[in-house]
Amino acid sequence: MAEPILFVLMALGSLAGAVTVVAARNPVYSAMGLLGTLFSVAVLYVLQLAHFVAAVQVIVYAGAVLTLFLFVIMLIGVDTSEDWDEKLPYQRAFVGGLAGLIALFAGALTLFGNFDWVPAATSTDPDSTNGTIQAIAELLFTDWVLAFEATALLLTIAAAGAIALAHYRRGQT
Amino acid sequence: MSWPEFGIVVLRVVVTFVLLLVVTLINVWAERKIVADMQSRIGPSRAGPWGILQTLADGLKLFFKESVIPRKVELGMYLLAPFLAIIPAFLIFMMVPWGKPFMIGDHEVALQGADLNIGLLFILAMSSMAVYAVVLAGWSSGSKYPLIGGVRATAQAISYEAAMGLAMVAVVIFTATQGEGGTLSLAEIVERQTGTWADVSPILSFIPRWNVFPQFAAFVIFVVAIVAETNRAPFDLVEAEQELVGGFHTEYSGMRFAMFFLAEYINIFSMSAIAATLFLGGWAGPTFETFLPGFISALLPTVYFLIKTYAIVFIFFWLRATLPRLRYDQLMTLGWKRLIPAALAWLVVSTVAIGFRQFGPPWS
Repeated sequence: MAEPILFVLMALGSLAGAVTVVAARNPVYSAMGLLGTLFSVAVLYVLQLAHFVAAVQVIVYAGAVLTLFLFVIMLIGVDTSEDWDEKLPYQRAFVGGLAGLIALFAGALTLFGNFDWVPAATSTDPDSTNGTIQAIAELLFTDWVLAFEATALLLTIAAAGAIALAHYRRGQT
Repeated sequence: MSWPEFGIVVLRVVVTFVLLLVVTLINVWAERKIVADMQSRIGPSRAGPWGILQTLADGLKLFFKESVIPRKVELGMYLLAPFLAIIPAFLIFMMVPWGKPFMIGDHEVALQGADLNIGLLFILAMSSMAVYAVVLAGWSSGSKYPLIGGVRATAQAISYEAAMGLAMVAVVIFTATQGEGGTLSLAEIVERQTGTWADVSPILSFIPRWNVFPQFAAFVIFVVAIVAETNRAPFDLVEAEQELVGGFHTEYSGMRFAMFFLAEYINIFSMSAIAATLFLGGWAGPTFETFLPGFISALLPTVYFLIKTYAIVFIFFWLRATLPRLRYDQLMTLGWKRLIPAALAWLVVSTVAIGFRQFGPPWS
């Protein structure tokens, strides 16, 4: 009963956030729009019984990535007048056309498509309605352990690379 | 979900909420009294016995004050920021079990806002949300001191959250060896700290099975990190009075200022409660069910929880009265060069030791 209501609310919330990201004149409001979208999507994950993904979404994206965005926006300063010249020709027409196509596709899918390939998450098992963390851990550390370790290595390399770039000066070493 | 169950859920949330408000009122008074005592002053003494109603009086005063909105603020974010401060503060405490579950008829009532499977992750998520309030309040005030406070808050929160998370990971890995598989649910983590260390060695049979004994380093790191995370002295660079007027809340007044203030004290209490839950066994303790009446032994766990939590809250007040504020670069050095490497090193040491105990030496 509560699920459709929550879904509609959160879907509208994420759309409103997405529009704010693009439309807001002030980058801080754009960042806040992105925060709204991330939160709404996190709630949608909870509706799909993916509690772990929802929590990680909030910790990583809303908690860390977006905080860094805000930090950078504030350090650069938001008072500088924006350059509103559009460098790419026809970019508005192109994006508008693309958005129209996607909307058409989504509309057609809703009207004529069949949704058997995305069943709603249902569970009668009280353990899995209360979160999926054990199930995810089991998959992550047995079947997909190689992919997991490779991702960890990739992230470590990225972090080391960022530090190396930050310390690199022309003419030194 | 049947109606009685629904009623219990609502009751749990409401009672947790009220408990949080009451302890916050007491906390503000207690801090003023304790710090006053340490500085050989009397502290609040007029409103009520020992001045205990002082917070209530201050709250009422702030409620009736005019809310001044300066001309240069970004109005939307300026009005939103106090709410962003207070909502995560309440939500964090919802995860903390503050008493032993008991039975009414055939329904189990857990004394906890909600027992999520992802409890610890939820706490991390909400505590990283809390920084938005400070940042947005600082930025939207349209004034330079709040802005500096806001920027400092961002850097500080990111730095110390890493150390806090790493300390939590060490506890989670240790807890996984104490029962059937790992868990992130705070109720379960407390459950596994009941009893004593008698099964490890008979000499230890009088020492409670709290995580603080095997995980002492993680406990120290965690307490330092939560003091920084709640922007308290000696890490209160965000609202350093001498250099930034009032920091991020300089331009706030009346009820909006009171909400920031309330959020800070709620955060102190709930972070201390989490430290007590993770390391000091939460509500675990002897209840003497054999010779005490039932309702007293049902209440005792809550008393133990409050005592343990207030022991850590006292550390907060003690630090504030004792230590001078750190310089900003010292804060960053402590976070990145001392605390995070220490937390990482402890994580490796403790995990290797646990693996050794569980699986034996790798060469055998």
